[in-house]
Amino acid sequence: MRLFNRIWSRTASYIILLAFTAFFVVPVIWLLFAPFKTDHNLVFQNPFALGSLGNLFHAAHVMFTFEDYALLNWLKNSAIYSFGGIVIALICSIPAGYGLAHTQFIGRRTLLGVTLFVMIMPATALVLPLFLEANAVHAVGTPLAVILPFSFFPFGVYLAYIFYSSSVPKDLLAAARIDGCNEWDVFRRIALPLARPIIALVTFFAFVANWNNFFLPFVMLPNSTNYPLPIGLQDLLSATPAFNPGQGGQVPIYRPELAIATIVAMAPVMIVFLFAQRSLVSGLLAGATKE
Amino acid sequence: MKSVESSEPSTPLVSTDSLSSPLRRKRKKGVAGYAFVSGYFVLLILFGVAPAIYAITLAFTASGGHFTGLTNFIKTGEDFRFLPAFENVGKYLFIWLASLVVIVLGLALMLHSIARRVSAAFRFIFYLPGALAGAASVLVWLFMLDPTVSPWRLFLGIFGFKNLGQTILPGHLPLIFAIIAFWAGAGGWIVVTYGALNNIPNELIEAAQLDGAGAIQTALRIKLPLIKKWIVFMLILAFAAGTQLFVEPQLVGEASLGLISPTWSPNELAYYFAFQDNNFNYAAAISVDLLVIGLLCAAVLVFRTKLFEVE
Repeated sequence: MRLFNRIWSRTASYIILLAFTAFFVVPVIWLLFAPFKTDHNLVFQNPFALGSLGNLFHAAHVMFTFEDYALLNWLKNSAIYSFGGIVIALICSIPAGYGLAHTQFIGRRTLLGVTLFVMIMPATALVLPLFLEANAVHAVGTPLAVILPFSFFPFGVYLAYIFYSSSVPKDLLAAARIDGCNEWDVFRRIALPLARPIIALVTFFAFVANWNNFFLPFVMLPNSTNYPLPIGLQDLLSATPAFNPGQGGQVPIYRPELAIATIVAMAPVMIVFLFAQRSLVSGLLAGATKE
Repeated sequence: MKSVESSEPSTPLVSTDSLSSPLRRKRKKGVAGYAFVSGYFVLLILFGVAPAIYAITLAFTASGGHFTGLTNFIKTGEDFRFLPAFENVGKYLFIWLASLVVIVLGLALMLHSIARRVSAAFRFIFYLPGALAGAASVLVWLFMLDPTVSPWRLFLGIFGFKNLGQTILPGHLPLIFAIIAFWAGAGGWIVVTYGALNNIPNELIEAAQLDGAGAIQTALRIKLPLIKKWIVFMLILAFAAGTQLFVEPQLVGEASLGLISPTWSPNELAYYFAFQDNNFNYAAAISVDLLVIGLLCAAVLVFRTKLFEVE
């Protein structure tokens, strides 16, 4: 009886897990298949019927050449904003994490506490205040109005702080000082080379956050040539007759083309996910579980 | 920073090198600390503290700049769109948080009881849609919710939905946004919860089993109480982020032929005040409302749970 119960509960677990697998994966698979079909196919064929390469090329041609390669322009903008933000975030957060973990100065604990607070608060809460600030200094519409707020990444500082305080022993740094290194040398020669895993982690989180950010660029960049991909997607959505037959109408963007734009928008993050898979699934907690 | 430097104990004027060098080193270390955090400190002030203070200033003043006390808060609070916006987000949060507690914990417990290799594959699959957070996830779900093309058209048909307009009726939105949030966000939380479960010492679970506890008993009485603080962590973070809803109603609104209010969520309302009415003071007042909610969440997490290590 007991054995029966176990088998039964195990089977039930697997059925539930597989059902959720379908829930999580089917939308992604559908999305990847959609550009191989025409809009008409999408409506009248089996949702998982294979399409043809010809359809893909047609839809891709329409989508990429749309409005003078707008999609590629958005992709370029997204890359500039995301990486610009990451570079400054890294330059500032790695030394800051190190400084908070291994140097003494007045206000250190306060800075740590404030960092914790702003890290937990959703970044979106500051978007309109940031806009009001940028508006006051006439920075709205410039790429820097997005890149600079992106580069403020307290979570990165916290990750670097946890890493340095838990994985880099004070003795190691003291030894370097005795050997005649000054504080800057200790950081540059000992602490920085050790930081490679944390640089990768901060880059990953900052990249995902920046790439997918919608609200900040949405308010900061009113001009469509400056749009990053997420705002571009909204632009397409408002112009396409795909969901609203009555709307737009003149634009040749239908569901297969929209699917391509969505894939272009998600592909970079998906690729980073696949590469970071191992360390993520095992190490997502690395920064936080230390008890 | 200058003043901080001078407030350090001043070095006595003793000229012997052996005496002054340790003192000098200590002082230098203090300066080095400031140098390391300076870049981040500037960003924190410019893009964390300054916008918050500026928003607070605007929220308590009128467009002319004179102090108006709580007027902006009262005026926006009395606006006919204010309560519905918070109500909408409240409903959404209720569904989203309930699903986090029930489904995410349930799945994490199941994954924790099966072979590690298999569970790693499941965890990765569940985590994958996280790559499509934001606008891309909303677009994907517009396809999923459109009965004419959706791979789930059978399900949608059961509920009697024939076109996208019927699926995304305003009354359905809290549930739909919760589904989108779950699809893109649950995987990450499953990974976190699974990690927390993994930290439970095996002896504890074995002891429970020796005492005759079945799988469900072990899960409810041993595992869940031990990861309680992670559950609280998850709920507070999800709550704080959920109050900020913006991109979802914005994009679904685009596809809804104007059925969905452009001020569906509080952030949308703030945006509306700023950009449609050009009333930055009202926009700032709502931003401050939301900031306070975020701050309270952070305060609870920092002070009530001992999750974050600040020595």
